[in-house]
Amino acid sequence: MYPSRFRYEAPHSLDEAIGLLRDGGDYAKVLAGGQSLVPLMKLRFASPELVVDINGLPGLAYHRADADGTLRIGALTRHADLERSGLLRSTQPTMAAAAPLIADPIVRNRGTLVGSLCHADPQGDWASVVLSLGGSVVAQGPRGRRSIPMADFVTGPFQNLLDPDEVAVEAVIPPARGERAGGYLKLERRVGDFATVGVAVSVEISGGTVTRTGIGLTGVGGSTIAATEAAAALTGQPLTPESISQAAGLAAGAARPRTDHRGSAEYKRHMVATFVERILTGISRGDADTAERAA
Amino acid sequence: MTMVYDDLGDEATGDVPVRRIKFTINGDKKIAEVEPRLLLAHLIRQGLRLTGTHTGCDTTNCGACTVLVDGVAVKSCTMLAVQADGHHIQTVEGLATASELHPLQEGFKEEHGLQCGFCTPGMMMAAKALLDANPDPTEEEVRWALSGNLCRCTGYQNIVKSVLWAADKLRSQAAE
Repeated sequence: MYPSRFRYEAPHSLDEAIGLLRDGGDYAKVLAGGQSLVPLMKLRFASPELVVDINGLPGLAYHRADADGTLRIGALTRHADLERSGLLRSTQPTMAAAAPLIADPIVRNRGTLVGSLCHADPQGDWASVVLSLGGSVVAQGPRGRRSIPMADFVTGPFQNLLDPDEVAVEAVIPPARGERAGGYLKLERRVGDFATVGVAVSVEISGGTVTRTGIGLTGVGGSTIAATEAAAALTGQPLTPESISQAAGLAAGAARPRTDHRGSAEYKRHMVATFVERILTGISRGDADTAERAA
Repeated sequence: MTMVYDDLGDEATGDVPVRRIKFTINGDKKIAEVEPRLLLAHLIRQGLRLTGTHTGCDTTNCGACTVLVDGVAVKSCTMLAVQADGHHIQTVEGLATASELHPLQEGFKEEHGLQCGFCTPGMMMAAKALLDANPDPTEEEVRWALSGNLCRCTGYQNIVKSVLWAADKLRSQAAE
């Protein structure tokens, strides 16, 4: 399978990339890891006239924490970099749980977190994780930089808020107020398949009380779902079997799954509740590892 | 190297946007003229005539087309050939020397790590990336590293044994 013909540019600076996108308009696409874009182009679901390859841009392959704990992930940081990251293991439990579950090891060598967010696949794992953490995407274009909350960034399946001449340069995770806990669980038929169901839970706990909760759901709707009512039910009190059970039920209610070859809607909804309960119960018991690849 | 392009009969045919790239393949320096939509797998198989790299699913699933780009395992059906510009590519043909099999190839032979052999080049290249980074992997680590490579014949048992065999051999060679 070949993509349609396109013009290819490999700029050496961000300004040059933005200039190319501005001139390319709606028919230009940014190529980072290419692990979603290239297959889409081969299947002719995407036929851009111009591909702007940003792999040669300097200074975009990083993930680091600011002094206040804000985490910044550059547009060329690969999934594998995050999977190996000591910083994530020590400070970002939800992200550390999700990183090894993205696609498969070879795809993780090349694919990027920021690219995954931009791709806005309802079955993409990172969008749920970043949503659960209250994160945002930083876009740079001819009019300067702007920060777009993840909750607004995805506008529908495979659609995001970026203007055609903007490049998503960074994902930002705000610092925790209190102790951060969380997990990501994913049900998949085999390694590398899209999620049948994925659940990201991030909580911040201060003095035994939950001060902030985020729950993101993967693969159970037309886009990534923020289970806000479930999150609200947990906040302002300690984690108890009752609050956990209530949140699990509310999260299942927020899911909008469809019956397909991966399972029935009822099954998927049930798995949302199961995963929310499993992650939160693990946190309340102080289990270190809530990463799991369900079979 | 000359690449031949399909004449699609459209306006663009007269103006195929060919780019010149420089790269190395198994240590040999090459210059190629490639159309941007050419995939790395096709440059390797059709342009360089190195048909050891197989294209299986062509949809980023099976890993049969796995090669190393600057030492990192990549599915070559999911990378554009132009993106190889300035990089070092290693394929399964680069494993053996003129007189000797690579320990991974020996391991697959000794432990019967293949049946039809279609997935084998990709398995070996993914395994090479693992062993370069981790010379003494556990069985679990081998399984994890190969989880992006599909085999429809073996049930994976002997593939895992083959890689562990190669790891042993490479370690004992290094100790000598």
